Amino acid sequence: MSVSIEQLSCQELVELVTDYLEGVLPAGERASFEHHIEGERCKGCHEYVHQMRQTIQLTGSLTPADVSPEAKAALLGAFRDWRAG
Amino acid sequence: MDDAAVIAALRARDEKVFAELMRMYNASLLRVALIYVATRAVAEDVVQETWIGVLNGIDRFEGRSSLKTWIFRILTNIAKTRGQREGRTVPFSALERPEAVPEAAVDADRFLPPDHPRWPGHWASKPEPWPEERLLAGETRAVVEHAIEDLPPPQRAVISLRDIEGWSSEETRNALGVSETNQRVLLHRARSKVRQALEDYFAEAG
Repeated sequence: MSVSIEQLSCQELVELVTDYLEGVLPAGERASFEHHIEGERCKGCHEYVHQMRQTIQLTGSLTPADVSPEAKAALLGAFRDWRAG
Repeated sequence: MDDAAVIAALRARDEKVFAELMRMYNASLLRVALIYVATRAVAEDVVQETWIGVLNGIDRFEGRSSLKTWIFRILTNIAKTRGQREGRTVPFSALERPEAVPEAAVDADRFLPPDHPRWPGHWASKPEPWPEERLLAGETRAVVEHAIEDLPPPQRAVISLRDIEGWSSEETRNALGVSETNQRVLLHRARSKVRQALEDYFAEAG
């Protein structure tokens, strides 16, 4: 029954999103969290969690920055020195 | 290639494997170095020294940790020393005690006040759905990139390793030498800020 679920405000919920997505929320809080974002109950938080997922996905589509070609060339040079002993 | 094969190849002075290892880790090493040192130039130096340390140490590497963790430990040690020489100490506390400075995921003024008679802490201005068709646009990706660049270095390092490189929380924690909780706090703050930057961007461009 919903009365047994601890109420979570929206302001509290946004601070728990990462714990939720990482799967580390204790069972009680997890139930409150899921209850809060379920369906049409709280459109704001429902959307917020969706946006966090979209954010993670977008970040995942970035290409990692690399060191400069000069630095890489220098390293391969260092490698050859090392190999030559 | 598993660790044992990579280690054996390095010990056999296999340049291709070394180049591949650099390709895999350079970006991450650079991000982590930037936690401790102030400029990209110094960070590149640190990365360079790290690889030389890897080459010099590989024959003695005993495999008590994963190769990745070992490489990042070398980096962290070099970067810390360089950072200390530069007189940078603030980032350490940001890495080791992020809780010391609280940060809200969303501005408090987006919510109704705690003394609100009916809905304390509920959205005053709730997030609006983003335009799906623009999510994959190059410009949107640039917004994410800039938001990550603007993060404090510890947060930038964690979100890069977790969400760009796709590392597990354990790998990230080991590479950075932070606790599980602190890793998560840093990740939370980083992701929250990137989300906010996207929201601002879509609201503005609306």
